[in-house]
Amino acid sequence: MGFWSVLGTLVAAVFTLAIFSFLYKDNPFYKAAEHIMIGVSVGYGLAQLYHLGFKPYLWNPVFKEAQYELLIPAAIGMLYFGFLHPKTRWLIRIPIALFMGIGSGFSIAPSMQAAIYTQLQATIIPLWQHGLTFGEALSNILIVVGVFTAIIYFFFSWKHKGVIGGLAKAGIYFLMIGFGASFGLTVMGRISLLIGRVIFLFQDLPKVIIGIF
Amino acid sequence: MKRSLPLAIVFIGGIIYFFAYFTPHYFSEYILQQKILVDWLKILGLFAFVIGLYSLIHLHATKIKRKVDNWQYSVMTLTGLTIMFIFGILVPEKFGGGIDQGSIYDWIFMNVQVPLQATMFSLLAFYITSAAFRAFKARSVEATCLLIAATIVMLGRVPLGESIRSATKGFLDFPLWTQWILDVPNMATKRAITFGVALGMIATSLKIMFGIERSWLGGSE
Repeated sequence: MGFWSVLGTLVAAVFTLAIFSFLYKDNPFYKAAEHIMIGVSVGYGLAQLYHLGFKPYLWNPVFKEAQYELLIPAAIGMLYFGFLHPKTRWLIRIPIALFMGIGSGFSIAPSMQAAIYTQLQATIIPLWQHGLTFGEALSNILIVVGVFTAIIYFFFSWKHKGVIGGLAKAGIYFLMIGFGASFGLTVMGRISLLIGRVIFLFQDLPKVIIGIF
Repeated sequence: MKRSLPLAIVFIGGIIYFFAYFTPHYFSEYILQQKILVDWLKILGLFAFVIGLYSLIHLHATKIKRKVDNWQYSVMTLTGLTIMFIFGILVPEKFGGGIDQGSIYDWIFMNVQVPLQATMFSLLAFYITSAAFRAFKARSVEATCLLIAATIVMLGRVPLGESIRSATKGFLDFPLWTQWILDVPNMATKRAITFGVALGMIATSLKIMFGIERSWLGGSE
């Protein structure tokens, strides 16, 4: 194992232990690791943006391919710096307005398409037909009932009383099962990350330390 | 001017881009949806990042300058940022600079950022378990539904669930039940929530386009 790999494993171990030290209580090691993480993360993003954004989308097209029209968004982007002075602070609204306008207008149709029509289409399924097993038919019925009742629960234009109240109540049960499943998946995701870190500390790290001596 | 110009841009931009989606024309598909939507907004995003970077540096530099409590941590943040900046951007590739695999930047990412982030998120396992212990009490039918669904999904995703299935000869089939919960009730609720989110997004987009929602302009004139 090379020097840099050994050093890397040791550095990773120190930072891993520093973060885990928070389980005891908040302490300077944890705070230091947390602040270093923020700095490194932003620095990582900055370099990524420079190499994968600034150079290929602005610098190279303008100065190597003479695509001078790209100076227009650059000039609009410069307006962000208006916020550095109180008198020009309002200029920051222009690039934000461009983002908001284009984003709002363009998101309407795809939202309808992907989140409403497609989902609705997937919900219009046969409740019973030849070839479906009882279990499959029951699942299909539960999907339709689940979607319908959960929507009713979020529909506040009618009071949740009588039939509507009953449907909304059924919707809550479906929602609770859904939230329970999401919670279970989240827990398992975090646990698998924890297992990864524990394996690193108790398997990978000892190998490196033994290798040094 | 200070408010009406941004509102006009939002309205005009919104209307143009709403119809652009339905217009199969070169100008719409190449200029509006490729050039402006992808390339131009990416360039605008670069400048937005610089503003965020400025805010972070300004905040920590002020803390250091004024020697506020725990200012030493701000030095660490700025040091991490500076090191990544130097090796990621300033140092030439032949000296280990750049962002490619094998560079110093990549080494720091793999041995500092990845373990830090993974450990930070794994730390949540302890808190989420503690929260579950306090929250998972079958006080009502709703809470019981949540408890049962979460327990089945958790058992169905670990080797213990497989072992229970083998031991009971498939009678307690947690992996199968987990899949059913995810495919049926979970999907039904996610779908209902997706409808709500989409309708909310569309309504908010229309409110922004027509100037009803103006909070993004900020409070001042």
